Amino acid sequence: MNNLKIKKRLVQDKFMCWGVCLLATLTAIPLFAILGKVLLSGYDQLSWSFFTEPTPTAYKAMKAIEAGEPIPGGIANGIIGTMIMLGMAVVVAVPLGILCGAFLAENSKTRFAQFVSYLTDLLQGTPSVIIGIITYVWVVVPMKGYSAIAGSVALCIMMLPLIVRSTEETLKILPASLKEAGLALGGNKARVMMKVQLPSAFGGIFTGVLLAISRVIGETAPLMFTALGCSFVRFAVDKPISAVPLLIWEFFNDPNLQELIWGASLFLLLFVLLLNLLSKYIAKKWNQ
Amino acid sequence: MSDKLYKIILFVAALVMPVVCGGVFYALVTDAYEAFDYFGFLNFLTSSEWSYTEGNEQYGALSFITGTLMTTLLALIFCIPLSLPVALFVGEYFKGTKIASVLSTITDLLAGIPSIIYGLWGFYTLRPIMISLNISPQGSGVLTASLVLAIMIVPYAASLSAEFIKMVPTDLKESAYSLGATHAEVIRKVVFPVAGSGIFSSYILAIGRALGETMTVTMLIGNTNNIPNSITSTGNSMASIIANQFGEADGLRLSSLIAIGLILFLITALINMIGKVMIKRARIV
Repeated sequence: MNNLKIKKRLVQDKFMCWGVCLLATLTAIPLFAILGKVLLSGYDQLSWSFFTEPTPTAYKAMKAIEAGEPIPGGIANGIIGTMIMLGMAVVVAVPLGILCGAFLAENSKTRFAQFVSYLTDLLQGTPSVIIGIITYVWVVVPMKGYSAIAGSVALCIMMLPLIVRSTEETLKILPASLKEAGLALGGNKARVMMKVQLPSAFGGIFTGVLLAISRVIGETAPLMFTALGCSFVRFAVDKPISAVPLLIWEFFNDPNLQELIWGASLFLLLFVLLLNLLSKYIAKKWNQ
Repeated sequence: MSDKLYKIILFVAALVMPVVCGGVFYALVTDAYEAFDYFGFLNFLTSSEWSYTEGNEQYGALSFITGTLMTTLLALIFCIPLSLPVALFVGEYFKGTKIASVLSTITDLLAGIPSIIYGLWGFYTLRPIMISLNISPQGSGVLTASLVLAIMIVPYAASLSAEFIKMVPTDLKESAYSLGATHAEVIRKVVFPVAGSGIFSSYILAIGRALGETMTVTMLIGNTNNIPNSITSTGNSMASIIANQFGEADGLRLSSLIAIGLILFLITALINMIGKVMIKRARIV
């Protein structure tokens, strides 16, 4: 009788272990399913011209489909647009985020810092579509038109909390003796921050910036109401501009351009995953 | 640079957060005011009408609030049986091994995939499966959206739960083993009770993620402006109605959409705040 009970418990134990392993492996399937689907449908669209030519008009695409040819053109306008908007967003968000993070790390006990810290969490949790609305109200309406500037403001707001958090956390992890040694050598606080603390925290901050970029580069919703999209390569920052995720959304909605979806998605997906892996690698190197 | 100037610069940089957050709230409230003023606050929340025939515009948020709550709740239900095993795998069974770090890398990558690509995958892979299984005629709907949403929030729930499971003190577990408990019993009787509140709070934060997810839901929910009457029927969530109609809206409709945005903002802020407070409490224990 007692033996039977023990057996039952052991069977339960085995069952639980195998169940956990099975279900945990099951979670890995979607990643490979998504990667597989995008790779298989998109690899034959990637060519040199796919990256150097702008999106074709629906009419051109329709004619090509009728003639049985592959759709001409590519996503150059999206790549340029993404780079311009991301560049402007990074230039503003990185210094501002690092300074704000430094403030939080230096004054972590004060009421005001706790309030700012709470607001950082709030902003980080705000849905991207709401950031889109806000940027529309703040930038698009006063400027009387969609623009690359509006798009980069949206991206900047989304990146800011991520950079603040990673800066703050990395600075807090640094041994206090590092800062004290700098101060003991006669440097004032600003000098110690610039010459000792920030360089020591570089790895963590850089990882945070990379992750922030990889998070906003695929954002579609906030760009729909701010950058709008544009069918040719454009460098003006006060005019509507395209972005890779915006192009995917356009292709998804236009039956004539649907063939181009997968090439664009493959490019975006590989770029984002590479950024993620790179940041993981750097974080690991830095921790050693 | 003097210490004083340095302090001022840091303070000004930190002021950005209150300014941005205050600006977000202020802009949402002032632009939503027209809709609340016209329809009445409670009426706007409880009406499920959404018609923009000129002269008789009727807007209410109820169908979209229901849509959001349904997709989020279903996503949570589908997410638990996937993320809890991952958390146990990484944090308990294979803690610190190579295979655990592989799995956690995989889930991290899952978190990095842009939501529009999840949407595409759901539309071109999952939707045909739903049609062939005869679950719904067009394949899109609340169920399809929440299935993909569940996959999207697994990484958030799993990585945070794993952290709490890892923190369960070893001597507690070892004393249970020494009394003859099996691994499964240790997990049920020691790990879950100790890490329980932390695990719970990680699911609250996952809910916060799911509430605001836009593109995936927009591509998969079917985009009809009605209260979904079953889990397979089509509908719209708060985020998806904004994504669908914001570009073409003006006047009262624009204000109504911003009002929906305000409601969504408040709900996510509340959920995230509850989650953060619970996490802080769980860490102390």
